Amino acid sequence: MTKIESSKIKRLVRNVLTTRRNEIGCEECLAQMDTFVEMKLAGKDAGQAMPLVQDHLERCRDCHEEFRALLTVLQTISGE
Amino acid sequence: MTPRTNDEWLSALEEPGPARREALSDLRARLVRGLGYAMADRSDVTEAHIEGFVQNALLKILANLEYFRGDSRFTTWAQKIAVHEAFDELRRKRWENVSLDEMIEQYEGDFTPAVLDDPDPSPEQRVTQQGILETVRRLIDEELTERQRRAMIAVVLAGMPTAEVARRMDTNRNALYKLMHDARQRLKRRMEAEGISLEEALSAFEEERR
Repeated sequence: MTKIESSKIKRLVRNVLTTRRNEIGCEECLAQMDTFVEMKLAGKDAGQAMPLVQDHLERCRDCHEEFRALLTVLQTISGE
Repeated sequence: MTPRTNDEWLSALEEPGPARREALSDLRARLVRGLGYAMADRSDVTEAHIEGFVQNALLKILANLEYFRGDSRFTTWAQKIAVHEAFDELRRKRWENVSLDEMIEQYEGDFTPAVLDDPDPSPEQRVTQQGILETVRRLIDEELTERQRRAMIAVVLAGMPTAEVARRMDTNRNALYKLMHDARQRLKRRMEAEGISLEEALSAFEEERR
């Protein structure tokens, strides 16, 4: 028998039940990530302006990791 | 470093010559500094790794200048490419000796809810969790194609990066995402038909959201 963390099942179920018809893939998300991050840094509602990017970032662990890293980099550099 | 507008970056980088060398040197320094911040909490990443990531990123940046749309600052676009390059390579290294079949095997067969790794669910929660897990497992078996099933198990349950699963399934990250999107749509229809609501499922697996 395989031990499955409940967090993974929860993630799977949430991911399935919140599926939308019009999602974007990783490449499209990456293509718009720089604009999305700049909007965040400018204090604008990036999720409202680019809902498909926001949705993808909530679903995709890898793109979310890159988004967080890019945000950190830009925040740190602008604060230098 | 001289501040440059997007147009100044592009015109400096497009033509070989001293302006290009200077711009490349400035960009390299900026990307190295940026990745240094991004990787600050990773003990497995050295300065030499960062130099390597930036070198590869610069090649990609130069090869893709025509695709820069000018919707953001040029340096943000370039930093995005460097971050992607670094994480892609780190994931590849981290997973290079892991076989997709072995990862999937771990999650096949009898993943019964009795072994859910929830430290202390209430008896009521446990019953609901068991019901949901049984349904999910059955629907994955009944509803998905073999490729969809393998992709969902590898990415969602085994936690493999999509790029790594895609590489092993002879496809790309985007096509894999589409395959999984289709799988989720199928599962969603069936779950809804079986009366599983988002609210019920989330409260059954109550915990901190990420």
